[in-house]
Amino acid sequence: MVGLHKSEFESPVIRWIDSRLPVFTLMQKEYRAFPTPKNFNYLWNFGAIATVMLLMMIATGIFLAMNYVPNTDLAFASVEHIMRDVNWGWLIRYAHMNGASMFFIAVYIHIFRGLYYGSYKAPRELLWMIGVVILLVMMATAFMGYVLPWGQMSYWGATVITNLFSAFPYVGKYIVTWLWGGFAVGQPTLNRFFALHYLLPFVILGVVLLHVAALHITGSNNPLGIDVKSPQDTVPFHPYYTIKDSVGLCVFFLIYAGFIFFYPKFFADADNWIPANPLQTPAEIVPEWYFLPFYAILRSVPNKLGGVLMMFGSIVVLFFLPWLDTSPVRSARFRPIYRVTFWLLVLSAVALGMVGAHRPQGIWVVIGRVATLYYFFHFLVLLPILGKIERPLPLPESISRPVLGGGPLPGGVAAKPMEKA
Amino acid sequence: MRRLIQLAALAALSLGAAFGPASLTPARADDESLPHVNWSFSGPFGTYDRAALQRGFLVYQQVCSACHSMNYLYYRNLEEIGLTEEQVKAIAASVTVPGGVNDQGQPIERPGLPSDHFKAPFPNEQAARAASNGALPPDQSDLVNAREGGPDYIYAILIGYSDPPPGVKLMPGMSYNKYFPGHQIAMPQPLQDGSVQYTDGTKPTLDQEAKDVVTFLTWAANPEMEERKRDGVRVVLFLLFLTGVVYAVKRRVWVDVH
Repeated sequence: MVGLHKSEFESPVIRWIDSRLPVFTLMQKEYRAFPTPKNFNYLWNFGAIATVMLLMMIATGIFLAMNYVPNTDLAFASVEHIMRDVNWGWLIRYAHMNGASMFFIAVYIHIFRGLYYGSYKAPRELLWMIGVVILLVMMATAFMGYVLPWGQMSYWGATVITNLFSAFPYVGKYIVTWLWGGFAVGQPTLNRFFALHYLLPFVILGVVLLHVAALHITGSNNPLGIDVKSPQDTVPFHPYYTIKDSVGLCVFFLIYAGFIFFYPKFFADADNWIPANPLQTPAEIVPEWYFLPFYAILRSVPNKLGGVLMMFGSIVVLFFLPWLDTSPVRSARFRPIYRVTFWLLVLSAVALGMVGAHRPQGIWVVIGRVATLYYFFHFLVLLPILGKIERPLPLPESISRPVLGGGPLPGGVAAKPMEKA
Repeated sequence: MRRLIQLAALAALSLGAAFGPASLTPARADDESLPHVNWSFSGPFGTYDRAALQRGFLVYQQVCSACHSMNYLYYRNLEEIGLTEEQVKAIAASVTVPGGVNDQGQPIERPGLPSDHFKAPFPNEQAARAASNGALPPDQSDLVNAREGGPDYIYAILIGYSDPPPGVKLMPGMSYNKYFPGHQIAMPQPLQDGSVQYTDGTKPTLDQEAKDVVTFLTWAANPEMEERKRDGVRVVLFLLFLTGVVYAVKRRVWVDVH
């Protein structure tokens, strides 16, 4: 349809713009009036928090890039220069460094919330898959960013992770050489990692827009996991959720500020304050905490290629989750068995994180293997079967009923999956 | 529900066990646990003891700097530990640094200025190794940050020297240090009682010298710390206030929904 948009704004200036480029209508529709389930708990803050962290990383990153030098001889010194000589350089750098960890904390909570309340199920499959893409690009970005200070852990982390590709038969070593741009991690590697580390956050931003666009087609899931039935079930996004997200954001930033100003090296590795030295391997090469569970999966498999495939598989499996979970009930509140298996999944993820931080010996090998097995068992075996055998608890009739009424639920809804209608 | 809480508690416990200590990196493989010193700069409100900083600089200047560089510091930074501009100028002028070339194109030297980096004891790594029994004395700008355990570890190394226990055979030129990984360290014991003469009347015991120089090294590695913590208090207070206001507004907005 061609022609001016019928703008409903009263101000003539806004109306003039809006009828030619309806951005005001868009904002009004998607961020003000947007009908949102009224029963969100504070776990629903983390999408907004993650978005703010992405913007925070881009903002601090741009200022770091103004002073950083992607050269193997100068990179470490340029970071020192930022920390010591650039006005507020320490603040920008610590905000960026700790921001990466806070970003992952927010995103991991966001993901596990989605898992608990079944936010990946129809009709939100594509929304979920776009989210997994964001996670993958985030991981690539974080990995390359960690290489930039060119400390010992930067260099050796880059060496270990890029070498994973050598596990692939025949083409492996060519892939690695191609990634490095040479025969070892060196100047071409650092230079391209810097270029990509600057590019990828904007890619993430684009995919986040798709994520939000898809969300605004299906609407949000909610802690009950049942569909919105009437306007009584919803409130407009603004002011209800703008203010509720602000509360969560404030608390999150309190914790973030605590790290930046008082414990800025909490997540850091001392070895990365030693300039990169290709001739000296550190005693332990440990990735950043947010990669530890994946690192643990990698090391739990006795075969190198198998380990690499399992590690990538642990993310790939998430793409298939909407179809692996056969239960029509979304929220774990009404799935007594899934609820237990969910917490076991959390436990195995935490255990894998601990395993990744320890040398692969003794009890840690056993824990790592058990947790790895459970991780895949949960997604590939338990979820498909559970949907068939689990007897869900009775679902509430609507979102407003349990919130308003609080009385006993009508017996008729017992064990009736809500998706059938 | 109880099951859920138990599981959550278990997860939280294991999380605490993993992330409890002040760092996420695994503990050092070495068995000897570090002495825990109550530093003036410890904790969220700690600041650097100025007198200790100046004594520590004296130790660095008279002992450490014979072998260790401190490449990322400028002489002008010393004003931050309480030295006067004149003192800093005099310290800088006591070294000669490359001063470009003269009219004939010959390289010349000039006295140091406060805007110069600390002069390194050796011109390059090979010279440093040749003078240090093959070992490379690490740059001290970031030493405290670059070692697991930080200030406690550096302090432990300084006081950890002793004769090797019976049965331990050291390689030539090495010293025994119970806190050093592997216990064989290439650096001979750098500090003893009376290694330096303090001008403020403090008794230069080994323990005192070690604590002072570690305070100085911690400052050298984290010169922004005092400003950072000061700003941090303001930021946290502001955020607490903001959280309160935002939460009150949230209650107000939602009052008609529940």
